[in-house]
Amino acid sequence: MTSKYKYLGKTTEAVDALEKVIGKAAFGADIHLPGMLYGKVLRSPHPHAKIKSIDYSKALTLEGVKAVITSKDLPSLEDARASFGGELTMDLGQIRKLLLADGKTLFDGHAIAAVAATSLEIAEQALELINVDYEILPVIENALQAMRPDTPLIHPDLYTRTLGEKPKAPSNIGTMLEHQRGDPEKGFAEADVVVEESFETAMVHQGYIEPQACAAWADGDGKVTVWTSTQGIFNTRDQIAALLKITRGRLNVVPMEIGGGFGGKNDNLLQTLTVMLAQKTGRPVKMIMSRDEVFRATGPSSPAYFTVKVGAKKDGEITAAYIKMIYDSGAVPGGPLHLGWVASCGAYSIPNLKIDGYDVVSNKPRVQPYRAPGVTPVVFAIETTMDILAEKLGMDTLKFRLRNCAKEGDYMPDDQKYARIGLKEVLERVASHPHWNTPLEGPNRGRGLAMGMWTGATLSSSALVMVNGDGSATGVSGQVDLTGTRTTTRQIIAEALQLPLEKVQVRVADTESTPYTMTSVGSRTTYAFGTAVYRACQDALAQMKARAAPQLLVDVGDIEYAEGKFWSKKDLEKAVSWNEVARNTQTRGEGMVTGRGSATRLPIAPEFNAHIVDVEVDPETGKASIKRWTAVQDAGLAVNPMQVEGQMQGGVTQGIGWGISEYYYYDKGKLRNPTFLDYRMPTSLDVPMIDTSIVEVPAPDGPYGIRGVGEACIVCPPAAIASAIYRATGVRMNKLPMTPEAVFWAIKAKEKQLVAADGH
Amino acid sequence: MAKIPLVFKVNGEQQEILVQPYQTLLSALRDELRLTGTKEGCSNGNCGACTVIVNGRTADSCLVLAAEANGAEVTTVEGLSQNGQLHPVQKAFMKYGALQCGFCTPGFLLSAKYLLDSNPNPTEHEIRLAIAGNLCRCTGYDKIVRAIQAVAQAEV
Repeated sequence: MTSKYKYLGKTTEAVDALEKVIGKAAFGADIHLPGMLYGKVLRSPHPHAKIKSIDYSKALTLEGVKAVITSKDLPSLEDARASFGGELTMDLGQIRKLLLADGKTLFDGHAIAAVAATSLEIAEQALELINVDYEILPVIENALQAMRPDTPLIHPDLYTRTLGEKPKAPSNIGTMLEHQRGDPEKGFAEADVVVEESFETAMVHQGYIEPQACAAWADGDGKVTVWTSTQGIFNTRDQIAALLKITRGRLNVVPMEIGGGFGGKNDNLLQTLTVMLAQKTGRPVKMIMSRDEVFRATGPSSPAYFTVKVGAKKDGEITAAYIKMIYDSGAVPGGPLHLGWVASCGAYSIPNLKIDGYDVVSNKPRVQPYRAPGVTPVVFAIETTMDILAEKLGMDTLKFRLRNCAKEGDYMPDDQKYARIGLKEVLERVASHPHWNTPLEGPNRGRGLAMGMWTGATLSSSALVMVNGDGSATGVSGQVDLTGTRTTTRQIIAEALQLPLEKVQVRVADTESTPYTMTSVGSRTTYAFGTAVYRACQDALAQMKARAAPQLLVDVGDIEYAEGKFWSKKDLEKAVSWNEVARNTQTRGEGMVTGRGSATRLPIAPEFNAHIVDVEVDPETGKASIKRWTAVQDAGLAVNPMQVEGQMQGGVTQGIGWGISEYYYYDKGKLRNPTFLDYRMPTSLDVPMIDTSIVEVPAPDGPYGIRGVGEACIVCPPAAIASAIYRATGVRMNKLPMTPEAVFWAIKAKEKQLVAADGH
Repeated sequence: MAKIPLVFKVNGEQQEILVQPYQTLLSALRDELRLTGTKEGCSNGNCGACTVIVNGRTADSCLVLAAEANGAEVTTVEGLSQNGQLHPVQKAFMKYGALQCGFCTPGFLLSAKYLLDSNPNPTEHEIRLAIAGNLCRCTGYDKIVRAIQAVAQAEV
């Protein structure tokens, strides 16, 4: 790839890489404060139970125990309906329910109490001395059970949110969504072929390797400092401030390096408990989750159920589609229904569409976003249906998609109109790719294809760019760097100010030192935060020009800048260097230069992709082995191609886990596999090299045509693998994960059917 | 329980500390010596983030009791670079983008060093086998395998 830019579109080493390879990068658990206490949480072993009493008097008598907290230590809320969060918002009242069980436990792992003690061992011993009297309630295991009219209510005060009138009775359905465009009935009537299928997907975890960790300290006059790995320091600050009634300015959140988040580090529950213990003891407190707690008590993804019906004419044109989507949100409402809906069949141009959606509670942890929240399950359902439809039409699966793919001017499932998008270019790249054009070799092999999209969040962002006296520049923001933001920010500043990379420093600072910026989610940082950075650079440049003008005795409007030099358009002899203007800012005229940039409510820059996979299915065991993978994605402009590839490869691998090996195994509401041994994420032996192919169709809004890239890459893998398994074995897999056992039994069932059909 | 003395060499330096009988080597490194480059991801040997080299072999330091390391020579990520020079695997991980969040990176670096010390020309499968005990959730392993290949082929 060649780039027309000097610093963008070029691979550079990550700015944070050195610290990370020498072991100096400080993550949440690496902080150590003098006189620090250790906190630990008592968690409910019961998925659904009334708490009749909590007696922690014995725990307090244990030498070294400094404080115990329960929901009784929480202040009451003035506005329980105020919403917080990043991609998936929650009412404050619901967050409070999750933070510490208030009269009732809602899932296996729900926090009941927390202890601070002089050592971790003492804190753990103290937990055993807390006596909780439970009254066991019936367990509502999943959304389907929760929706049945005879199922007990989890929240007696939960009334379904709908566009229509408020329902008369409470239910386990948090939200009901109905959406229609065109005339689906007429559309299905016009179709020559109609396919209808049902699907089910499992609850999976983001699987970040770093468990949640936090340290907090409240000083003498009550000012609180929090050190933590979170996806959004301002979200952390604002949520804790609201729950504990602290003025935002008196609560400073310091970002530590974050060891993976993928959406899962937005809940801020552990952070709030840590602050409560720090306040109660007056001493620094550190809390780190165990892996068991991470699985049981953080927010995994939403398990979901779908019915998909699609009709098409003989020539392949889709005439109508119907999607029923049920997302299980876990303990309190607010799963990814909305996000799943908006992106669902967004890769297709569908004239007549009806979508019914349900967000349903159950006795499981409250879900959090997981990379393109809600979209991977629905794309699995839609793409599998489309694959079946193409086959029934006798059409090549790729040609069918090229025939129906969404283009500029088409409408998303929520009726937003697409600006320029790159899906067609992605599919054309697939068509010409060597992988697609190389015949499969060997028995039991199949090749699958799937396409999908992620809408892309934008939210609100801000950044500062300061020009230093030696002409170097420092970019400062509170935007948490998950995997590369500092590196791409440095490139954007270098490009915008035309300064060499080594003269640009980038820093993520705390909430006290930086203007408000929202959490790092939704593929929004390079695009939306990048826009704020770009604007800060433009502001800094304008200020520099204003300072150069009097030095050159010309009007500011006549000043040009390029490559470290200001000059007058009217008199090229009149010139002054960037460095000299920078030096003078420290002593003269208007003074120091700080560029400010914000971006709110930017138009979206959707990301599209398609994946090709070859699998080999062992007929003896049902195991699907991934033999070859190619991911093709539109990045708009790949600011740092190596990082874009890395995002794509990581997303593919998480998608492979989602497709074939990962699932929460619940047994009557109790999680039976909360370890990395029993919850199987892909290892290096489970995946091949992952080929990437980057397409660049510039996004029309925002600087340089940049699109987000981090999330679309996870939505295709389960669908692509299912398609490949079908071509290898002849069985359709409509349920995730497609474990060896599931594939094996599907093959056996198919053989039985064939035998029966033969009349034996 | 009374603490017990632990005398061992960490990254070439002699250390004498007191540890609890139940304390892990991981905890001794992180909490007593404040060598926090070694990470804790699961505490039961499944993720490999706490991988260190003990007497020339890799070990999950969360599964080793600190007391067992008495007299041992331990290398952590902090000891990989020598005389201000990065180890080739460190350089390769930077150059080839073999890390993203960086939390699993110390463990991978030590597994890679151990592999290359014992097998300077590994096949792709041998590399994948050598790092199969280290989980990474960001990279999909592709760039990690390529970085190790690059070290073997002296392309760093």
